[in-house]
Amino acid sequence: MIKSSKKLERIYLFIVFVILYLPIFYLIFYSFNEGGNMNTFTGFTLDYYRELIEDKRLIMIVIQTFLLALLSSLVATAIGTLGAMGIYFTKNKKSKNTLLSLNNVLMVSPDVIIGSSFLIFFTVLGIGLGFKSVLISHIAFSIPIVVLMVLPRLNEISESILFAARDLGASSLQIITKIIIPMITPGILAGFFMAFTYSLDDFAVTFFVTGNGFSTLSVEIYSRARQGVSLSINALSTLMFFFSLFLVSGYYILTTKNQKKKSKAVNK
Amino acid sequence: MQSKLKNRYMIPYILWIVLFVIVPILLIGYKSLFDINGNFTFNNYIEYFTSLNYLKMSFNSILYAFIITLVTFLISYPTAYFLSRTKYKNLWLLLIILPTWINLLLKAYAFIGIFSKSGEFNQFLALLGIAPKQILFTDFSFIFVAAYIEIPFMILPIFNSIEDINPSYIEASRDLGASQFTTFRRIIFPLTLNGVKSGVQAVFIPSLSLFMLTRLIGGNRVITLGTAIEEHFLVTQNWGMGSTIGVILIFAMIIFMVFTGSKGKKGRDIL
Repeated sequence: MIKSSKKLERIYLFIVFVILYLPIFYLIFYSFNEGGNMNTFTGFTLDYYRELIEDKRLIMIVIQTFLLALLSSLVATAIGTLGAMGIYFTKNKKSKNTLLSLNNVLMVSPDVIIGSSFLIFFTVLGIGLGFKSVLISHIAFSIPIVVLMVLPRLNEISESILFAARDLGASSLQIITKIIIPMITPGILAGFFMAFTYSLDDFAVTFFVTGNGFSTLSVEIYSRARQGVSLSINALSTLMFFFSLFLVSGYYILTTKNQKKKSKAVNK
Repeated sequence: MQSKLKNRYMIPYILWIVLFVIVPILLIGYKSLFDINGNFTFNNYIEYFTSLNYLKMSFNSILYAFIITLVTFLISYPTAYFLSRTKYKNLWLLLIILPTWINLLLKAYAFIGIFSKSGEFNQFLALLGIAPKQILFTDFSFIFVAAYIEIPFMILPIFNSIEDINPSYIEASRDLGASQFTTFRRIIFPLTLNGVKSGVQAVFIPSLSLFMLTRLIGGNRVITLGTAIEEHFLVTQNWGMGSTIGVILIFAMIIFMVFTGSKGKKGRDIL
């Protein structure tokens, strides 16, 4: 009896996995379709990859999206790391908790609320909608995740190390650059990675705060999907899928390495 | 020395908190008190609470979010439970998370194809001898795709809470003669309730404010609070009313968080 229930479990999991991956493989499969639509597969072609490369506007948007993600996640990582250090050094419990709750406000807010309130914010300040407003928004919504990734690392640093450094005459700057930063580097990297994917994935906030001149991939796909279907979008999805696969495996290697280190430290 | 340290390094972060956390919330509250011509008024709130359309829309939005959360839960709990009993469970879990890294728009776009008149789903129905149906732009397609997108965010916290259970509890229950089902009902399920709660939080609130899916998959038939806000801000340009609905959404969110009562740590954050 136990064996047959194991079998049922396997079948259930199999179906869930099929459904989870169905749309992704669907897009990949039809990106090679000679027939030009997503209904019947008539033959193999790479035409849509060629079309994708020749679509200058789309290529520009892909580059813009990546530049935006890189720039916003770099700035967010810097500010977020400093913020996490600030929270760590805050000894008063009440203000520490206040800071943490304020940090988490943007994490739990729905995208529409973030988007619409930022839109009001930019218009009140007279900041034009376009690359600038999108960049600022992406930095803003990526900061809290960086803080959440860095803070646990900081909490792991034992205070005696810091006291020892100070007793040996290290300045505050030296303590930060020589001790704290190297110890929290994995957290900073994870934060950067998360901020990068947040920025790449965002649709709703960008949709609110972008003007006519600037578009990211999500916004562009949204407008193209409403107009009709071109298989060059499928070709693009295929490339994006493999890129994500690459990013995820990088992240996986990074975190399992950390976990191994952690478990080693615990064993000691 | 420590306070000096703190002050100097925190300036950008504190600025961020003030400018992008506190000010926007205040602004949305402030804007909700103005009508479309910029006159100070409480009419937006009066209109919201007296108009049958708005109340019906809000009720529908909550109902849909509830259905989506329920469907997601019913699919995710067994998945998380079965996953925890497999070999290489961390690898499988990673494979569950992987699709969340694919751009949401691309997945929605794929479903437009799958659910189209001559798409795969209808071909599958034809195999079963069922005539082709209009699937895209129905409640079914909307709930299906929304649940599809939220499933990983529900599986992850439930899986973590199952993993946290001390295996000796389960062994003890077996030794004391409980059947597999009783062990599940009396030991495993109660101990995973916290995971379920954070999963529900991670799914319900975003479901209330979906707006892209309602357009692409729901064909504007389903109007959620999120759609209404987007429409008021970007289409009719009635920011006052949009902000009013925004304020109501924020309150709904706070009430919901208090109800499900944990400290706002969502499964989504861990991803």
